[in-house]
Amino acid sequence: MDLHRRNYYKKKKKYLIVVMFLIMIIAALMYIGLSYGKTIYSFSHIYNVLFHGETEGAFVITTLRLPRVIIGLLAGICFGLAGNIFQKLLRNPLASPDMLGISTGASVAAVFAILILQLSGLIVSLIAIIFGMLISLLIVLLSYHHGYSNNRLILIGIGMRAMLSAMISWMLIRASEYNVGNALRWLSGSLNTVNMNDAFSLLIVTIIACVLIAIMNNGLSVMGLGEELPVSLGVNTKTLRISLVIVGLMLVAFATSITGPIASVSFLSGPIAGRILRNGKNNMAATACIGAILVLASDLIAQYGLSSRYPVGVVTGMLGAPYLLYLIFMMNKKGVQ
Amino acid sequence: MKQPKKLSTFFLLIVLLTLIMAVLSLMLGKVTVSFKSVIEAFDSSIVNNEVNIVRARMPRTIFALLAGCSLSVSGALMQSITRNPIADPSILGVNTGAALFVIMGMSFSQVGRISSLVLAFVGGLLTMVCVYLISSFGYGGMTPIKLALAGAAMSIALQSIVNALMLKDRLLMDRFRFWQVGSLSKASWQDIMTVLPVIIVSLIIAYLLSSSLDIMALGDEMATSLGINVSFIYVLSTIVGVLLCASITALAGPIGFVGLMIPHFVRLLCGNAMKKVLLFSSLLGSAVLLSSDIIGRLVGGSAEIEVGIIMALLGAPVFIMIVRKVKKYGFT
Repeated sequence: MDLHRRNYYKKKKKYLIVVMFLIMIIAALMYIGLSYGKTIYSFSHIYNVLFHGETEGAFVITTLRLPRVIIGLLAGICFGLAGNIFQKLLRNPLASPDMLGISTGASVAAVFAILILQLSGLIVSLIAIIFGMLISLLIVLLSYHHGYSNNRLILIGIGMRAMLSAMISWMLIRASEYNVGNALRWLSGSLNTVNMNDAFSLLIVTIIACVLIAIMNNGLSVMGLGEELPVSLGVNTKTLRISLVIVGLMLVAFATSITGPIASVSFLSGPIAGRILRNGKNNMAATACIGAILVLASDLIAQYGLSSRYPVGVVTGMLGAPYLLYLIFMMNKKGVQ
Repeated sequence: MKQPKKLSTFFLLIVLLTLIMAVLSLMLGKVTVSFKSVIEAFDSSIVNNEVNIVRARMPRTIFALLAGCSLSVSGALMQSITRNPIADPSILGVNTGAALFVIMGMSFSQVGRISSLVLAFVGGLLTMVCVYLISSFGYGGMTPIKLALAGAAMSIALQSIVNALMLKDRLLMDRFRFWQVGSLSKASWQDIMTVLPVIIVSLIIAYLLSSSLDIMALGDEMATSLGINVSFIYVLSTIVGVLLCASITALAGPIGFVGLMIPHFVRLLCGNAMKKVLLFSSLLGSAVLLSSDIIGRLVGGSAEIEVGIIMALLGAPVFIMIVRKVKKYGFT
């Protein structure tokens, strides 16, 4: 085999090893999520409950912990992938799916449904998804003024999000203090009230999205080369961009509708995967794993590691600020390019 | 550039507008007061219901004037320093940083007025420095878009910490959710007197800096060769800008978009000369904030709609319209 081929396979092997390792961490976290808690269950006990119909502890394991762990995994994958899509599309490590207002839009709708319409459960999720997508569509339409511009999109997204945040704040003020906690918990992103139905629908969405991303991955890598080069290489940039954005938005919309917006996961997963692998590629699989690890680990910390039970978004949110500081630190070391 | 004659007409118009708004602010509200009572209120010997209402509305009106002035000057300064027409304290995450430090203070002990001002200032300054640094990272240095993205990312990160602190403590959550929306009702005479010296000094310094800032718009190297100490002006303008914004935020909570929109409009009408921009921005800012407050009080019915919300609801669409129209992101 010639040198190039050998290096190619070496890199592929390294990538696979890293992803395998990450999957093992995920499995470990999921196991801890199932077994640890007020009552600690052993591996054989969990196995019996799941596959042999053992009834003792079945409620805790199958109804409380299992959906939580599964949705934690799936939500982490969804948020991580969506964030990575936007970051690679815009070639900017600071990008996030909420630039198109999907999270904030869904949040406004959910808070409205919870506080004003006094709803809960599935219908809140539906309202959140629909409204989130509508807001994104609105932002995209508004930014199309004599042609498309990345910058304009970002700015209009910022303006729209400011307006929506003001609405959220206003609703939070007007609400009675009993309901505010609920709304605030939803806004923080939480795995608390999930069930197996949610898990099933999210699984379908995740699988479809992963397949689509796998198909578009090569095109996305080529698009990182600039604006004209991909076109001359046969990549249909316009269609690809739109498709990727839609996939990203769907991922965020569905995950957010079930868990609420889990902060920072979309923002952090891609860069963390990039730093581990240092290969300048899209690293979709690795990013998905990192996203899952972030959510699962943060949920464990949020439940048992702090002074009281918190929603998972609180812990993930707190990871965002140090990361930004880390960015500064790294930049100082390397010098400004 | 408008001719001097048109400009002075504009100036008189704005001053008139501000005065009218101030008077309306004293007259309108849950109870409408006659103009006569407004005049009578200045005569301390007269005491009756209507005059008392006017006197009760005074601090709010004065604060609105002060806030509109400070926030727009702060925005103008930041836009000039970052050479970025969309720089605004709320976009740069300065407000969230100030909020975070204030809430940390609130959760650890009772904060008095002066301490919350100091906390807001330190929080705002640290956030701004971090956002500057982050956006200089990577290819191309500090571009307007990276500044906006860094500010947004910082805002989100800090907001999560704020949420975390709030969830922990029920009482705090209740206190803070009211603080989080900018409102002019929270400032008392004492508060105003506390920040007044800071604001006046900052405004004076800003005005004195205006000619240097004009020269710095030509570029750092050009400015240095013309004898300007660029770093010193940068640092001083940043401090003054953040001080102005933080003083208002500490008392009223975060009010966005004033610093963004007002200087933009002023520049469209009067050109880029810093002295004019600062002068007209301060007046227009006061007028706009007063009007928003009046609208909020009238429309809100029994409860007011806070000015922070009005500004976001009105300011965001205006901002979006501006962004759509502007083709090039420079000082046109």
